[in-house]
Amino acid sequence: MGRLYNEPSPLEVKIVTRNFGLPNSESIDTYLAHQGYEALKKAIGMSQEQIIDEVKASSLRGRGGAGFPTGMKWGFVPRQLDKPKYIVVNADESEPGTCKDRLLIEFDPHQLIEGILIAALAVGAEKGWIYIRGEYRYLIDIMDKALAEAYAHGFLGKSIAGSQFKFDLYTQTGAGAYECGEESALLESLEGNRGIPRIRPPFPAVSGAFQCPTVLNNVETFCAVPAIIRDGGKAFADLGIPKAGGTRMVCIAGHVNKPGVYEVPLGFPMMKFINEVAGGIPNGRKLKAVIPGGSSCPILRADECDLNMDYDSLAKAKSMLGSGGMVVMDETTDMVKVALRIMRFYQHESCGWCIPCREGTTWLRKMLQRVTDGQGMTRDIDLIGDLAKNMLGRTFCPLGDAAALPTISLVEKFRGEFEAYVAKNPLAKNELVSVG
Amino acid sequence: MTFSPELEKRFADMVTHYPEGRQKAALIPMLMYGQDEVGSISPELMAEVAKRLKIKVIEVEEVLGYYSMLHRKPMGKYHVQVCTNVACMLVGGTELYDHACKKLGLKHLETQHNGHYSLEEVECIGACSWAPAIQVNYTFHHYVTPEKFDSILGECK
Repeated sequence: MGRLYNEPSPLEVKIVTRNFGLPNSESIDTYLAHQGYEALKKAIGMSQEQIIDEVKASSLRGRGGAGFPTGMKWGFVPRQLDKPKYIVVNADESEPGTCKDRLLIEFDPHQLIEGILIAALAVGAEKGWIYIRGEYRYLIDIMDKALAEAYAHGFLGKSIAGSQFKFDLYTQTGAGAYECGEESALLESLEGNRGIPRIRPPFPAVSGAFQCPTVLNNVETFCAVPAIIRDGGKAFADLGIPKAGGTRMVCIAGHVNKPGVYEVPLGFPMMKFINEVAGGIPNGRKLKAVIPGGSSCPILRADECDLNMDYDSLAKAKSMLGSGGMVVMDETTDMVKVALRIMRFYQHESCGWCIPCREGTTWLRKMLQRVTDGQGMTRDIDLIGDLAKNMLGRTFCPLGDAAALPTISLVEKFRGEFEAYVAKNPLAKNELVSVG
Repeated sequence: MTFSPELEKRFADMVTHYPEGRQKAALIPMLMYGQDEVGSISPELMAEVAKRLKIKVIEVEEVLGYYSMLHRKPMGKYHVQVCTNVACMLVGGTELYDHACKKLGLKHLETQHNGHYSLEEVECIGACSWAPAIQVNYTFHHYVTPEKFDSILGECK
């Protein structure tokens, strides 16, 4: 057995993580011994439309957070346009709660390379970059080694696998910025600029890296592609539920007995995941709340968690599946401190380009700090909710919403805890509540 | 300014990765890898990178002010980064950071006078399922307790 971070669960369905745990799973020899690059060879014999149709049939949706249908995204690339086309991989994993892409690169870098190559065939791309967050330096070393192996074996460079297809692939390091996980900010960073979002349209499919048509997907999204081509889009789709095919990696952290990263089918029941896959809540405590998919998702109360983990079920519960970063909180958790910590993060990471986000996160952090310090007033609680609501939809990129959404849900669902903090402030007893 | 032969080769390769005329794309990687060797983004390093990429120093400054891993002043030989974001916070990350402050006698982004340790309270480093987590330079340590923290420091000679 190779090194793993957590014991696998028997309830997992392993597609993108199927090679995890094999000895030297990161080497090309191991990959080739387990059907590696077979999907690429198959894809070389397919037309671009056939590849895109297969991905559409898989109902694969982006695993980075937004959940956009991947086949449709690839279909938007104007293949006839006389400009180079590029592939960019978002390995800037930085949504709090999320730690899955790290494993995909660490344990199976060739699966990612193969997925990228199939995407490149589908849109006629000639170059690609894997943008890896700066903190993941060790992954850049692993990836660079895997790229060298792929070049040596003729899977990158000219006449790939003996065909006319050529493609070059490189790693690119980030330097510490959450915002660069947002696709347009990532492209700015790739071009050597501050990671500030671009206004869209045009979308990256039309004008992305270096103003050329670009396919930009999350690591896990590309990693699902070899299995889709190898076993067919339908086989992948059938693992999940209608409109959301396949499996996805869910990272679970916080108050559970067996935190870890597990691959389960789309539509897996959340409570079963928490209790059976992740071993339940320690010390006989009760569940209080769950952040379902990274800290930018609205929080769910325990009584709202009886649902399936898929895009539509989470949307119905007014939250999101997000990037698969689940954070579980037991009954001892102080939700006001959670709200403050989350806001400190977004305030730190706001790039400052859009005023509602830059100023909004700063004021929200200040108000939440005041409440936490026992100096808040009842009107602060209302103002926190109002201010956050006024940030929604008023920024170039989703960071403003990412800061506002969890805050709104925390204030609405755990208002009593905020009021308990306000009650510690002697001045709040004489608070005049303005009318009108 | 010259770098080690390995880094010179890396830089020479890197500028060929981008479309012709778009070599500025190498800026952030050059600053990161350059910082690793030089110790910080010194004025000399900035000038050298600007010269090689045929851009103005102000364009380097612009980027430098944005990315949290680029430092104008050298961090310690061992840069200790403790995550206190929500997943780490729930399982003792805040207490671990307090412990680190006391143990090292440092606050956020401070460096010891002898240059051995520096400390930073960092945002999510992508180790949420193995929290609380720290990074010493680029090395991850998972499930860190105050006791484990002390033994990690014991290995930082």
